[in-house]
Amino acid sequence: MRRTTAIYGLMAEFRSPHEVVEAARAVHDAGFRKVDGYSPYPMEELSEALDQHHSPLPKIVLAGGIIGLLAGWGLEYWASVIEYPMNVGGRPFHSWPAFIVPAYETTILFAAAAAVLGMLALNGLPEPYHPVFNVPGFVLASRDKFFICIEATDPKFDREGTKKFLAGLGATEVSEVEH
Amino acid sequence: MASPAAGDPTRQTEHDRLIAPGHTFGTLTDKISQIVLQRKTPRGWWIGFAAGFALLQLLLLAVVYLLFVGIGVWGVTIPIGWGFDIINFVWWIGIGHAGTLISAILLLLRQEWRTSINRFAEAMTLFAVACAAFYPVFHTGRPWVAFYWLFPYPNTMGLWPNFRSPLIWDVFAVSTYATVSAMFWFVGLIPDLATLRDRAQSKPWKIVYGMAAMGWRGSARHWNNYETAYLLLAGLATPLVVSVHTVVSFDFATGIVPGWHATIFPPYFVAGAIYAGFAMVLTLAIPLRRFYRLEDFITLKHLENMAKVMLATGLIVAYGYMMEAFFAWYSGNIYELFMIKNRISGPYWWAYGALILCNVVAPNLLWAKNLRTSVPFLFCISLVVSVGMWLERFVIIVTSLHRDFLPSSWGMYAGTKFDWAAFVGTIGLFVTLLFLFVRFLPAISIFEMRTILPEADMPKEDGA
Repeated sequence: MRRTTAIYGLMAEFRSPHEVVEAARAVHDAGFRKVDGYSPYPMEELSEALDQHHSPLPKIVLAGGIIGLLAGWGLEYWASVIEYPMNVGGRPFHSWPAFIVPAYETTILFAAAAAVLGMLALNGLPEPYHPVFNVPGFVLASRDKFFICIEATDPKFDREGTKKFLAGLGATEVSEVEH
Repeated sequence: MASPAAGDPTRQTEHDRLIAPGHTFGTLTDKISQIVLQRKTPRGWWIGFAAGFALLQLLLLAVVYLLFVGIGVWGVTIPIGWGFDIINFVWWIGIGHAGTLISAILLLLRQEWRTSINRFAEAMTLFAVACAAFYPVFHTGRPWVAFYWLFPYPNTMGLWPNFRSPLIWDVFAVSTYATVSAMFWFVGLIPDLATLRDRAQSKPWKIVYGMAAMGWRGSARHWNNYETAYLLLAGLATPLVVSVHTVVSFDFATGIVPGWHATIFPPYFVAGAIYAGFAMVLTLAIPLRRFYRLEDFITLKHLENMAKVMLATGLIVAYGYMMEAFFAWYSGNIYELFMIKNRISGPYWWAYGALILCNVVAPNLLWAKNLRTSVPFLFCISLVVSVGMWLERFVIIVTSLHRDFLPSSWGMYAGTKFDWAAFVGTIGLFVTLLFLFVRFLPAISIFEMRTILPEADMPKEDGA
């Protein structure tokens, strides 16, 4: 009965950062692509081993900064020149040197907001439910254990074969991830 | 690449290590999360929280009376239109600079020792900025209408703020700083909130921390975007933190008041802010590590490094004082010359003397290594520096204003009991928020501490 239900994937647990990176390289070399690694702290080596070391975030942040600059300056120009021109000590309505500071601040504000919201969006957060949380030992992923999960949608995925393959990589435990 | 902090931080001498030996991912996680997750709140926490909360009630009284009667209850009057409100605003915002400096600039400079102090320094920043914001808002007298004076939004009167005013620059700088610091702090908290979610025993706390962690699961793909975001935020916060106190100094430097109108102000204010901020971090770190037995993570090395930053920035501040006097002399302007003479030997000579003692003489004691590594001494000097920095703002604001260009407009200034009540009250707000923070959120960044454990060292490939 249990064997016929569809699963999300297979989760292998590893004890050390060294073991999980070795295993991740092997998984990637074996041709698996729908794979994710889990670690209690950022590990550049793990992202690299799984070839997930690219992020479009810098471009999003650059766009945020440019929009912030234009929005800040546009606001100052519109308010001081078009909507509410005010003669302050004979200065021109478009007193650009004085407009630098607020525009500088809005540039940083928009870029920082783009970094935070962009990171959350790229990671698909908030996401209250995810199948990996169904693995009982997975709570330790935020403490001291390392995991690799191969998803069932990977073309090379085979329930028994992949399980054997993961166990052969030095995993302390391989469990099925239910939906 | 061979920085002294790299490699194994536990295998160094007692004075040099960043983490005590013997810790693993597990013990470190348990020790820090235990402070938050323990069922029983320690008695000491209740005593400290009650003290802070009592002072917060004083703020409530001070504000109610202020709103009921008006700004006249404060001591500010012409010629001294800026008094405690601006002194305290600058004092608090200066304190608020250490958090972002530690999290952003020291991250970019790869200073690993920042890792155990950045979280509560960032929290301190947020709370200090909240205390700072109180003063200008209430100094407007009618804070409920201050929105259209300060923020540009389409209102029914068709009014817009004057963007040529440094006071509007200040609104943009401080509100951006508060927002970006809050985002930086929250992003840093996400993985630790996930740890608390996974380790909480009771269902309600699992849900609360789970909602806050937003489903963080520590996936490699997430960490990759996360690290990029964190680094970019640090890069953005660095010019921001420098800009904030620069803009605060423009409030003074753009005015043609002798004692304010000096080009040295921006760098000298930024250095003073870092100096005051590190003093406050020490004031908080020393009792925190003792009370929660965090000596394993906040070691003597951390305290000594903070003392060194204080010494360096203290010397920059001393240079600022010298240059202020030099500018006044070199200008040949009688008002400038009178200002500095009056500052040193006028009716507020005692404030200037105490300021030099606290900010120029006292930090030089930190040259001595045995004093720099003595915890009780560091605690005392951090308090001396906080007093000194408050006096600095008092001297800059009051002594520059109280002797106007015309002797007929001279006056004296002293804070009233309502000024003092508001000041002590904001300290209460600060203390209350800090105690709540320590009880409900991890005061040390757990996931960043894991990265500097020897366990996390990866063997180098190809001997590179």
